[in-house]
Amino acid sequence: MSKSRVVYTEISPSEFFYRNRDLAGFTNPSRALYSAVRELIENSLDACELFQILPEIYIRISALNDLQPDPKPYVIKVKDNGPGVDPKYVPNAFGKIFFGSKFLLRQSRGIFGMGGTMAILYGQITTNKPVIVSTSSDGKTIHTFELFINIQDNTPNIVRKAQHPANGETGTSVEITLEGDFQRASLKIYEYLRQTAMVAPYANITFMDPQGFITIFQRATQIMPKPPQETLPHPYGIDVEALKRMLRQSKQDTMLKFMYKNFHRVGKRIARKFLEYANIDLNRSPKSLNDDEIVSFVEALHNYNGFLQPDASCLSPIGEEILAAGINKELKPEFIAVTTRPPSAYSGFPFIVEIGLAYGGKVLQPGLKLFRFANRIPLLYDEANDISWKVIHEEVDWKRYKIPSDAPLAIITHICSTKVPYKTVGKEYLADRPEIERELKNGIREVLRRLSSYLSKKGSMEMIKRKINIYEKYLPLIAQFSTELSGAKRLPQYKKLIGKIG
Amino acid sequence: MNHEKHTPIKISRKKEEVKQQLKKLGMMIYQSLNNGIFPEVIFPSRSVRNIVYNEELKQYVLGQSMVRRSSQNIKHIRPFTQLIWLASFVNKLINEGKTSTLRDVFYSSQAYGIDFTDQDESDEMITDLEVLLGRAREDFNVYPEERSAIFGDLTIEYTVPGYEGKRLNLASHPDGYLIGPSLSTAEFIDTSAEMVIAVEKGGLFTRFVEENIPKRYKALIIDTAGQPPRSTRYMLRRLNQELNLPVYILTDGDVYGEHIAMVIISGSANAAHLRELTVPSAKWIGIWGSDIIEYKLPSVRLTEADIKRIYELKKDPRYKGGIWQRELDVFLEIKRKSELEAFSKYGLTTITDKYLPKKLSEIKSF
Ligand SMILES: Nc1ncnc2c1ncn2[C@@H]1O[C@H](COP(=O)(O)OP(=O)(O)OP(=O)(O)O)[C@@H](O)[C@H]1O
Ligand SMILES: [Mg+2]
Repeated sequence: MSKSRVVYTEISPSEFFYRNRDLAGFTNPSRALYSAVRELIENSLDACELFQILPEIYIRISALNDLQPDPKPYVIKVKDNGPGVDPKYVPNAFGKIFFGSKFLLRQSRGIFGMGGTMAILYGQITTNKPVIVSTSSDGKTIHTFELFINIQDNTPNIVRKAQHPANGETGTSVEITLEGDFQRASLKIYEYLRQTAMVAPYANITFMDPQGFITIFQRATQIMPKPPQETLPHPYGIDVEALKRMLRQSKQDTMLKFMYKNFHRVGKRIARKFLEYANIDLNRSPKSLNDDEIVSFVEALHNYNGFLQPDASCLSPIGEEILAAGINKELKPEFIAVTTRPPSAYSGFPFIVEIGLAYGGKVLQPGLKLFRFANRIPLLYDEANDISWKVIHEEVDWKRYKIPSDAPLAIITHICSTKVPYKTVGKEYLADRPEIERELKNGIREVLRRLSSYLSKKGSMEMIKRKINIYEKYLPLIAQFSTELSGAKRLPQYKKLIGKIG
Repeated sequence: MNHEKHTPIKISRKKEEVKQQLKKLGMMIYQSLNNGIFPEVIFPSRSVRNIVYNEELKQYVLGQSMVRRSSQNIKHIRPFTQLIWLASFVNKLINEGKTSTLRDVFYSSQAYGIDFTDQDESDEMITDLEVLLGRAREDFNVYPEERSAIFGDLTIEYTVPGYEGKRLNLASHPDGYLIGPSLSTAEFIDTSAEMVIAVEKGGLFTRFVEENIPKRYKALIIDTAGQPPRSTRYMLRRLNQELNLPVYILTDGDVYGEHIAMVIISGSANAAHLRELTVPSAKWIGIWGSDIIEYKLPSVRLTEADIKRIYELKKDPRYKGGIWQRELDVFLEIKRKSELEAFSKYGLTTITDKYLPKKLSEIKSF
């Protein structure tokens, strides 16, 4: 795998706020601790997965002072065996908000170029301690940086730099000190780790909590999902601001070229037809469009129905085999069903829905538990507002499947997309998109159908067993009594009848 | 199975027949099992819808609908086993010359872990076997607890083990003889009696003995002790059929008394599967409603329940026409009832010396 795929792009903070108005995740010490752990783990997994490295992730949370009551400063250290970061990018990647490698149209956990950096910033604000990043991208040298973020001008401020020899291994370790509340956050952190392990069963995840308890989520499969390919944006997914930026940066001298060079699945033929539809001269320079023209151009992009649907090569579903391995590993159910739905698209963004179902076993409690994931991130908050919840509770006709309401049952929903339609920027619950809803509904129905037929088969097997028990009790008696009545000397050959029961 | 009218046969021959029936049943099941077929039995249904009144026989009989109890049906396997157990149980009773009671049967099943949930269930099963074989349970040596009594000049010979060949005259003891298993299975040898009088109450039975009625009227008297048990009805039938004795029935003057007489004559719906329990020629000689008026008997008002029962029986096919309907109407009209003891108002012997001879002669002149 070549490293040339990693392309670093800087975007302005104002643009970030345009894209994502609402910053969430660092509202109080408990939520902040949870979010920081989460962001660092997601960065590690993203890095490993993109390079097809089986992840080994080590997480440690420790208190600076054990005796102090919560909230108090905690040190969070997350270490991975990923590709590492080229030392020349480290200061910006970790010391500058909105600097990242994931602005491309390609599925990944991180998208904004700020998750990890926000955690660093929050730590710096609450404890006045720098972040310590140690990374090796060549396996020869480990580069260690201690740095602060210059908040005013959004630039890194390096306070210490060091180099050590690496023993052939690449990877990154990030250590942040921030004010947190582990007592309050611990349940969510454990749940997050468990669910992450469920959808990334190819990872080894080790967690040491502030009391020194170690929890290991062991790898259950060597198979990793195929990494996504980078794609151009689809015309349906473009808005005014994005188009403005594309036009500004465009290297093409005509609108025709602009159209077929910058959009997903738009060739010359479609580009020409569309420009005719939009009433734009094919030879106009992209930079010559004024604001009004840009607005009506975007409208035309959205209304034109001659574009092809996006393809799903930029997506990386977990896959049925891996998802099943993860569910088996974490829930040890009696019955499991998984399905990866065919790719679909909503407003120009391709997506794939995956559904898993687990039934019975020792881990699951009676009743239905819903596990939601988006781009392999567990969604732990605001369940009742989520589209999966709505589909399960309002759209599915449970009576049809004859599943007892207290059955120990888990439904796992995973939606992967280049743009997950979070209802808010909190990355916690998804908005109702009819296209996604339809796929969720079909997937959930399918796994329920499979469970239902498993249960009815199991039920009839049990019935037969019960029946055989009954016959094994009564047939010998009938044989005995009829022998006595008839005066026969030997018992009749009644045993073959037991084989006929069914 | 056999549901035709039986001509009177000797006790010993009948026992032999029952044994054969049981053996046939056993062989049929044995062979099914041996051939890998789930055994089953089929017999007439005893559901209310299948109990129909037969005008010709003047009694309730079972209709055409049948039930199949198959060991292949998971719901039937337990009752099927219980039924076969019961058959083998009574088979042993017959072979060993022993008798048993309904209650015994209930407890005996427990030895095989096929317990009946309650006595009702085991009683039901006994009735199923009756239907299956077309035989009363007394034929396979199962008797009820309650006993009634007989007195009069009748010489019987026991067939029960230990008493075979022994004879007894039923006038030898003034309290009478219990109609139990040994009397039910005894052969009739000799009698001077010319009629049988069945009375509803023990008190009157004793009065009849004291007043020498059996001698004076050449009668055998039977205490039915209320609604007569089946062994008593069976005895009445034998006396009627085997010895050609007419049977007269004397009951309290109320709707329940009338019904005791009716059950002796026409049988009950509960025994619709049995043919040998009726005495179609028997006569109810009183106390009729009209007797209450004629003899100015002390009487009490009918209760609500009495009136309801009268209306019920008025619709019953057995009560169609004759004195049956007429007397029900009289009870309804006078709204009063009298017990047999009411005659005592006019002296203790009025009933034996005045009422009985008058009624008997009236009946005979019918
Ligand atoms: N463990 C790591 N290994 C390799 N590269 C990393 C690692 N952690 C961070 N990076 C780099 O630093 C960049 C910034 O990370 P950051 O978490 O701030 O943003 P992001 O992951 O791109 O987006 P998001 O805001 O959604 O998390 C990433 O894009 C990635 O290139
Ligand atoms: Mg990130």
